[in-house]
Amino acid sequence: MEPSAIPALEAAVDAPRVAEHAARRDLTGRWLLSAPAMIIIFFAAIGPLFVMLAYSFMAKGDYGDVKLGEFSLDGWFSVFLQRDIFDDTVTLADAHLSIFWRSLKLSLVTTLVTLILGFPTAYFIATRPLRSRDVWLFLITIPFWTNLLIRTFAMQQVIRNEGILNSLLIATGIIDQPLQIMFTDTAILLGMVYVYLPLMVLPLYASMEKLDFRLVEAGYDLYAGRLGVLRRIIIPLVRPGIVAGSILVFIPSLGAYVIPRVLGGGKTMMLGNLIELQFGGGRNWPLGAAISITLMILVMVALLFYVRNASRLGAQHG
Amino acid sequence: MARRFDVRAQSGFATVALFTFFLLYLPVAVLVAYAFNASESMTAWGGVSLRWFAAAWQNDAVQGAAWRSFVIAASAATIATIAATMAAIATTRTPPYRGLSFKYAFINQPLMVPEIVTAVALLIVFSRIKVWTGYSGLGYLIAAHAAFCIPFAYLPIRARLESMDLTLESAAADLYATPWLAFRRVTLPLLQPGIVAGYMLAFVISLDDVVITEFVKSGGQDTLPTYMLGQIRRSVTPEINAIATAFLALSVVLVTVFFFINRRRTEPQPAYGDKA
Repeated sequence: MEPSAIPALEAAVDAPRVAEHAARRDLTGRWLLSAPAMIIIFFAAIGPLFVMLAYSFMAKGDYGDVKLGEFSLDGWFSVFLQRDIFDDTVTLADAHLSIFWRSLKLSLVTTLVTLILGFPTAYFIATRPLRSRDVWLFLITIPFWTNLLIRTFAMQQVIRNEGILNSLLIATGIIDQPLQIMFTDTAILLGMVYVYLPLMVLPLYASMEKLDFRLVEAGYDLYAGRLGVLRRIIIPLVRPGIVAGSILVFIPSLGAYVIPRVLGGGKTMMLGNLIELQFGGGRNWPLGAAISITLMILVMVALLFYVRNASRLGAQHG
Repeated sequence: MARRFDVRAQSGFATVALFTFFLLYLPVAVLVAYAFNASESMTAWGGVSLRWFAAAWQNDAVQGAAWRSFVIAASAATIATIAATMAAIATTRTPPYRGLSFKYAFINQPLMVPEIVTAVALLIVFSRIKVWTGYSGLGYLIAAHAAFCIPFAYLPIRARLESMDLTLESAAADLYATPWLAFRRVTLPLLQPGIVAGYMLAFVISLDDVVITEFVKSGGQDTLPTYMLGQIRRSVTPEINAIATAFLALSVVLVTVFFFINRRRTEPQPAYGDKA
């Protein structure tokens, strides 16, 4: 059968409408396709966060949980403040404040130490010949993917009183009493540096891999010293990696739970353990919910800082 | 002979780097060494033995926890990979549309929130659902794991899709393939390395999880990591070292496979001064 010219003409006239229809169908399809992932995340991640927000504004139940629907600000009040049981005076909750302070301090120091160790390490890997570079990179990737609990446990075996570090120091006669490292801030710090170090090295490496060493050579040609080149050329060029690595270390440090639980014990708590306490022995779910949301806000602030920094850097170099 | 000036050298960097590698591997080496210690004590060395591996292997609690870990990781990774593949197809190879960045944020949300926060939020919701429905099986753990595995599975699949253009699918359509046929015979085979990588990532992430599992599990639902966490609190015997070592070996195998799957596709740039 000969195709007649008329339907072709009609189709041509209809083309924009057909295209628009197809585009709309395509869009509907794309929403349907992403629905399962979004539904799972909604029910088992995002939704519960909103429920928790609601719980933070309810009265606490007598044996844990909350009194559903009974509005109360006690949870939020207790995050930073406490009321004296005898004379009702309001004071700062020192115990909570010191845990907030410890979390912030340890996270910042962890970030700094991982940066000091990670920067030369990433640089070292990035300047290896192509073939051995893969091996070094692999050596960083392995700890990155091994279980956090196992690595924390490994650190515990090194630093405990009868551990290899103390045995070594005693055997060499440097000390005669074992150093009490376990259950101190230092133990948590060592654990966090050890566990989060790969998170610093990998993004640093990613930005150093792209470093154009012709610029470094130009620096030397213009009579810069090694330090000058490092400070004025290399560090500014890999700044996106420094910022990304710092954020990647800082955020999980702030929310650390396993490391302080294993290495810090019951006395040296971080925010994660304070939250757990409210849902366990403390039986104060609204307070636990309020601290959780506070922690989340701290993380959001750090992320926002990162996004702003990243877009500014992008504008500079773009 | 004068040494050639190396523009890439920075004094002391190699020393710090080697020290860092030493630090990264020393504790794990100690942990593994004590797993093979014949002595009961965690301090004295009593010669090489496999007795702690045998003890762990015969421990019913360990067997149960290992099996549970595997079931949860396999189910959660399967669900997460299917959902992530669909989501990746829906969010790539398209001009930006309304809601696209919302979807990115939504899918990556589990990465943005500290795990302990998600864990207690899930505890709040699931404990109530457990009371309402009376069901307290592994379903809660699988759902929770699937949710935080999705962004990990999504990442490599999306990366793979973005490196594919639509030419081959268009060619299939020109040859009268239905969209489903084109997907099955063209898109899916091309996408396969991304899907495998995504599944493995999700599997490892689920297997490793401590915090969310610890808060969501009902009584008697220990996985291997939460079992170890409980044991570390009590008296420590080299049996935990043996379990940890076996666990470590499994992770290393999985990561090695993953590393080489990924390596084949993305060759690194040659370093400045390297001979091509």
